[in-house]
This record gives sequence, C-alpha cells and structure tokens, in this order.
Amino acid sequence: MVRYVIIGSGVAGISAIEAIRSRDYSGDITLISDDPFGYYSRPGLAYYLTGELGEQHLYPLPQQRLPELRVRILQARVAHIQPGPHCLELDNGIRLPYDRLMIATGASAARADTPGADLAGVVKLDNLEDARYIIKLARKSRSAVVVGGGITALELVEGLRARKIRTHYFLRGERYWSNVLDETESRIVEHRLKEEGVQIYYHTELGEILGRNGRVAAVRTKAGRLVSCDMVAIAIGIRPRTALAKEAGLQVERGIIVTEHMQSSEADIYAAGDVAQVYDPLTGKHVLDSLWGPAREQGYVAGQNMAGQASTYLKPIAFNVTRLANLTTTIIGTVGRGDDEDLFGIARGDSEVWRQLPDAIAAQADFEVNRLRLVMANNTIIGAIIMGDQTLSRPLQQLVAKKVDISTVRERWLKPDAPLAELVTDFYLQWRQSDAARQP
Amino acid sequence: MKLKNLLRQEHTRRQALAEGYVVPDSSRCVQCGICSYYCPINIDVRRHAWEGVPVKDSHCLTCGECVARCPRGVLQFERTHLFSPQRIAAIGA
Repeated sequence: MVRYVIIGSGVAGISAIEAIRSRDYSGDITLISDDPFGYYSRPGLAYYLTGELGEQHLYPLPQQRLPELRVRILQARVAHIQPGPHCLELDNGIRLPYDRLMIATGASAARADTPGADLAGVVKLDNLEDARYIIKLARKSRSAVVVGGGITALELVEGLRARKIRTHYFLRGERYWSNVLDETESRIVEHRLKEEGVQIYYHTELGEILGRNGRVAAVRTKAGRLVSCDMVAIAIGIRPRTALAKEAGLQVERGIIVTEHMQSSEADIYAAGDVAQVYDPLTGKHVLDSLWGPAREQGYVAGQNMAGQASTYLKPIAFNVTRLANLTTTIIGTVGRGDDEDLFGIARGDSEVWRQLPDAIAAQADFEVNRLRLVMANNTIIGAIIMGDQTLSRPLQQLVAKKVDISTVRERWLKPDAPLAELVTDFYLQWRQSDAARQP
Repeated sequence: MKLKNLLRQEHTRRQALAEGYVVPDSSRCVQCGICSYYCPINIDVRRHAWEGVPVKDSHCLTCGECVARCPRGVLQFERTHLFSPQRIAAIGA
C-alpha cells in the first residue's frame, strides 16, 4: 500500500487527492496543514471582506467529501523533510514515513520592513484568520491606509470601503498595477475607486507606522506627510513558502523547481501551486504563477504522477479573471512590460508570463467602462485585457490559446479608429466556422 | 405597454426557461461560492463549476441569479436545443 503525504490544504493539495483517488483507492493519504480552517476558497476571501459572502460559504467541499476520499487530516506544522529515509518530522515530534510526498505549501504575504509593522492594526490578507482579524478591526476603525499594487491590495481597499472605512491608498509609482495594466486601464480603476471615496496618493511610500499604546495611530510617508489611521493593510507581493524544501536540499530558486511532471529534484517529492516554479515551454524558463486555476491543474497532474499514472503539465497561456473596482477584468496571455514599483516579485493572482513581452503592438478600443486591449505579434494575438463587458473574453481566450493566424486582418485592426470589438467578433465568427469545418 | 409586447416578453422568458441551462467554465472559477449562496433553491452550483458540468438539475429555475452574481463570469446560459424545431423534426414528434 502506497503512503501518500500532502503538505498544504489549498486547492493544489485537494486536487492532488482527487487525482490520487481516481487511480488508487487503497493507498493511504495523509493531508497535513497548519491552517486550522482546512480547505476554503482563498480568492473568496475578497468577497467575504466586502460582505457579499458569509464565512460558512467559503468552504467548497461538502463535509463528507474528504472522509469519502478516505483522507487522514493532521493539523500540524512540518518541521523537517528527510528525502533519504523518506520521512517527515512534525513539530510535535511525530515522525511520519511516506512513499510519495507533495509540497503544496503555497505562498505568504511579503512582510514590510517598515518601523512599526508589528503594531496591532497592521494587517495582510493571506488566509481566513487575516480576513477575520480585518473584519473585527474594521468594526471599531474609522480610517485605514492600504499599501501595495496588484489584486490583493485592491481587494483590501474594496473590502474596507464596503465596511465604510475611510481609505487612503498609497501607490509608490504613478499608477495602479503598472506591470500588467496600461495607463488607461490603470486610470479607469483609479477613477472608479475615487468615485467610491477612496483617496489615492501617488508616488507615496510608507516611511513609518506610528502607534499609541501598541496600536496603529497614524503613518508617516517617506516624504514626511502624516496620515492618521486605525489600520494599515499591506499587500506588496507574496513569497513562496520554500523553507522546508530548501532545508531538505531540493532545488529551489524563487519557488521549488519542478519538471513538467511536477516532480522536484528529488525522485518521490512533488510540488504544485504557488510554491512551485514551473517550466514554461514558450520561454524555456521556470516561472511563478500564483493563480488558482493553474494550482488546481498542477495539483491534479502531481497527484496522477504520484499514483503512478504518467501525466504532463503543459503550462497553458496565463489567464485570470478578476474584479478590479467592481469591473470584471480578464487578462489573457502576455499583456504588459516592465516593473511595478509597488510589487516585490509576484502578487497573488499574478503570472510572470504576463510580462514577458516580445515585439508586439497593442490595439485598443474603449467605450465608457468597457475596454478591450489586444497585444499582437506578427501574425497572432499574444495577449488581451477585457474590462467590463465580457462578451469577447471567451473568443479571445481561444484565439490566443490556439495562436490563430490574424495576418489577413491585422492591418485593419491596428488602424487608429477601427471598431476593434466588432472586427474581432466578425473575425472570430468566421474563424469558428472554418475551424469547425476543419474538425468534424 | 401594448398587450402584444407583453406577450412577446413573456414568451421570451418562457423560452429561456425551457431552452436554457446554466453552463460553467471551470477555468474561471475560484470556488468562492457566491453562486451557491444566492441560489434560491440551494443548488450547489459551485460543485457543478468544479466538475465542469452544466446545471441540469431538474429543479433549476433558470432564474439567472448565479449567472448575474458570479464575480468572474464563470456561468452562462446556453441553449439545450432540447425543443428546437430541427430536433423535434428529427425525432418526428
């Protein structure tokens, strides 16, 4: 009987368990997690913060699902992994042997090294415990400062605003999420936030958090400006939790390096999700994807391989749907360039692939809050951002993923006043007919 | 509103009820649970999205609440073609 051990109760871990059980019903599965709440929807925390969802709705699995899959759950922290003897040591002293191990420890929020960062009232949004703490604090707070770029920072801003907290949003750079969004897109988001009453500070860095009786009372910016507040929320990026793997001697760069079988540099140890640095066949490099969809996919592939079914993870084009200032936004393929001063490394809901931009030209169309931006290489669309109306989101996902040749229409699309949305729709409908005709 | 328009509207609504069902796109779903939470008859729409299967539950009212509430555009109505004229003709009904 094979002994499987999975570290981490996020979506990668759960997906791996489903994959293992689809092939091996008798194997022994142990799930170890230090999160007391087990498996819940981390992206759902944003909607828990805004009050759209209650805490009890964050749990995707029916209660009997894990017992049905015959999983033993241990709430503990793993102290050491010993690849030689195939053994784990838990912090409570228990030693646990394994035949196949999966590390799905995820990532945690990067800590700010600002003086005062350990005061009560300084928050991050990593897990359910953090979300609970924010909601508790928000009940008796009047104003908050939010620091950072990317999706999580915005989720914090929106969550706090929904709870009637006066929100000051600090951006180090001159606009929001500059390594993925272009200037207009950033401005659309910022404008909508301002309409909601959020005060945005550009070129503003946190200098110091000032406390009174151990609690946040104000912040001082690096330029010396004083902003009084009861809370400081920080989302400046995430760090894959690689300490265990590093100590065990696995090959680790920023994440655990894995093959396309999700195998680490040790034979019986696999990794998936935010902690894994996966091979991207497009660029030949190993990249970080801190996205829910790929984590699930990777977990499944790892699980299949662990159970002896050879399976390959073919990294798909980077893809995410999110809500930015109440505007549904889909990001596909490669869309941006450069660095974001607000982020150190990668943010939650982010993919490094979005920024590997070869020579490309962007074509755009926008009408009020609906906006479409395409990034085109010579003959193909390599990326797209769709804000607002999502009608073209699925078609574009296919056109990018299937590298459909657009050379016949490219010039027309790039004309300054071209009605891009209509042209893309026409092209897609034509392509779909021809494609459908080719594949009976 | 003229009676004719009112009837037409009612016809469209009934047509949607009869011919549409909710289809998820799993790749967009993050299992937040808003769909299941807002379903007036407690269908676990989220589970359907995880498994990538349409909501063919015979109790589904096709009220569209889950489709409208999902923050990531996971759900959409698709035609079942169950009662399409071609199909009816094909089975000789």
